[in-house]
Amino acid sequence: MTFACLVTIAVLLKQVPDTTAKISVSGGRVDEAAVSKWSMSPYDEYALEAALQLKEAGGGDIIVITCGPARASKMLTDAAAVGADTLIHIQDNGVTDSTHVQSLLAAAVKKSGSDVVLCGKQAADTNGGSTGPGVSHLIGAACVGMVSEVSAEGDGFVALRASPTGDERVAVSRPCLFTFDKGATELRRPNVRGIMMAKKKQIETVTPEDLGVKIGNSAVSLQSHFPPPVKPPGQKFEGADSVPTVVAKLRDEANVI
Amino acid sequence: MDVTIIAETTADDLHPVTSQLVGAAIAIGGTPTVLCPGGTGATTAASISGVARVIAVEGDCFDTFDSGAWAAALNPLASDGVILAASAPSGREVAAQIAAMRGIPIVQDATGLEAGITVTRGIYSGKAIETVTVSAPCALTLRPNAFEAAGDGGNADVSTVSRSSDVGVAVREAIAKASERLDVAEADIIISGGRGMGDPANFAHLYEVADVIGAAVGASRAAVDTWDEIPHSMQVGQTGKTVNPSLYIAVGISGAIQHLAGMRSSKFIVAINKDPDAPIFGVADYGIVSTWEGALPVLKDELSSLLSN
Repeated sequence: MTFACLVTIAVLLKQVPDTTAKISVSGGRVDEAAVSKWSMSPYDEYALEAALQLKEAGGGDIIVITCGPARASKMLTDAAAVGADTLIHIQDNGVTDSTHVQSLLAAAVKKSGSDVVLCGKQAADTNGGSTGPGVSHLIGAACVGMVSEVSAEGDGFVALRASPTGDERVAVSRPCLFTFDKGATELRRPNVRGIMMAKKKQIETVTPEDLGVKIGNSAVSLQSHFPPPVKPPGQKFEGADSVPTVVAKLRDEANVI
Repeated sequence: MDVTIIAETTADDLHPVTSQLVGAAIAIGGTPTVLCPGGTGATTAASISGVARVIAVEGDCFDTFDSGAWAAALNPLASDGVILAASAPSGREVAAQIAAMRGIPIVQDATGLEAGITVTRGIYSGKAIETVTVSAPCALTLRPNAFEAAGDGGNADVSTVSRSSDVGVAVREAIAKASERLDVAEADIIISGGRGMGDPANFAHLYEVADVIGAAVGASRAAVDTWDEIPHSMQVGQTGKTVNPSLYIAVGISGAIQHLAGMRSSKFIVAINKDPDAPIFGVADYGIVSTWEGALPVLKDELSSLLSN
């Protein structure tokens, strides 16, 4: 089996609880069954949008790859509805360790033959941010992080990335990997035709064995999830006249001014 | 246990978070060696109390940020124990690259650390907390301002080594920040505005208060998404920045769950909102039910007279 075509842009996606969803914890674990809505991780949406713009400007095929449980296939279909060409679903059997996820994604990227990879700067659930840089190492690609725009130039790319003093426009050649931050770019929404076409699009399901990756024991073990500490109820005041009282409290009670 | 700290640096010195990395390393019984990429801040690092050794790592590869090149240059100098870096964009990327090179586990953005090693960290941008255990060898990044800094008074040996590695990223153009204002990620006091400000021009009133108390100005996602004048760099919340300042003042922000996720760990929260039922009051230490038009001028005057005394 091969996913390759002439120019392939790979986008790594993760399905996470929607940012509007409430997260509840029971028995020391986040209750995933109680999550009201699952969505594409927001930073990944920007990566996908950038890939669609690269394709519009210079052609090529977009291959989207996710590693996750069965429910994640819906997100791949959502990606197809806005223009992703090939959908790869790595059935992970509950792999959560970033090191393992990196190995699986890197193997899938290699198999695709793609030498330009886009992903979010971190997932909105684990907030890790290790996957992009880790995959870049495993596939021998230069890593450009915190990107908000990318365009092709010659055989390479020019990207706008955040720097400690503002932004930088950087040039990089293939193979390369970009991790995306939220930018000024407007995300496209699928149209009816896109949604209809996406429903017919086949998802290629692969296992770690298909990719030749052996998943060992995780070196990181989860002890417990718990809800954030509940704050004691605060003090509430009516009207702008109460501002001097609050300022005095900030000085005398809170000692923050 | 050997702990290798990758120093977080500014343009010409050590970033203060580096002392916090040293403090955390010592607290878990570690002996810290500090690697200074590009040699920056080596003298300052040597003066942090408890540092065993400083290695100024010089080389052209540190002129441009390329996490792969930095990791390749630093990796051979790190010991087999724990590798610590700051949970800042560069520290996170370099630590992830080194972890991948070594095939060791990495846990990012820790807010608590105990010997063993047990790591506490926020997930879903702070909507939940998790504790995980991991053993050396491993890489960890620590959230700035979550750990007690080591003091100064140290006198560690500084050695200098030269390293080279292939840099794959070339800077074409550096674009300075639109304003010289403090970034919300760096600020100890933040005043943020939401869509309740009515018009982006009204953020000028937030800047006036911010100037009095040396605060950074932030914004809710609703404000950033509605108004082009309010850049994403100001966004506090789940798809923006997670902040933990001493004081967070939310003005005209209703308190959507994504916003609360990014600021609820602030030490003290003041909310100004005309809607007495706004969810923001649920996390506020001090809530003021008022329009911003009414409250901000008084706030500015009160803070001015307080600070001039």
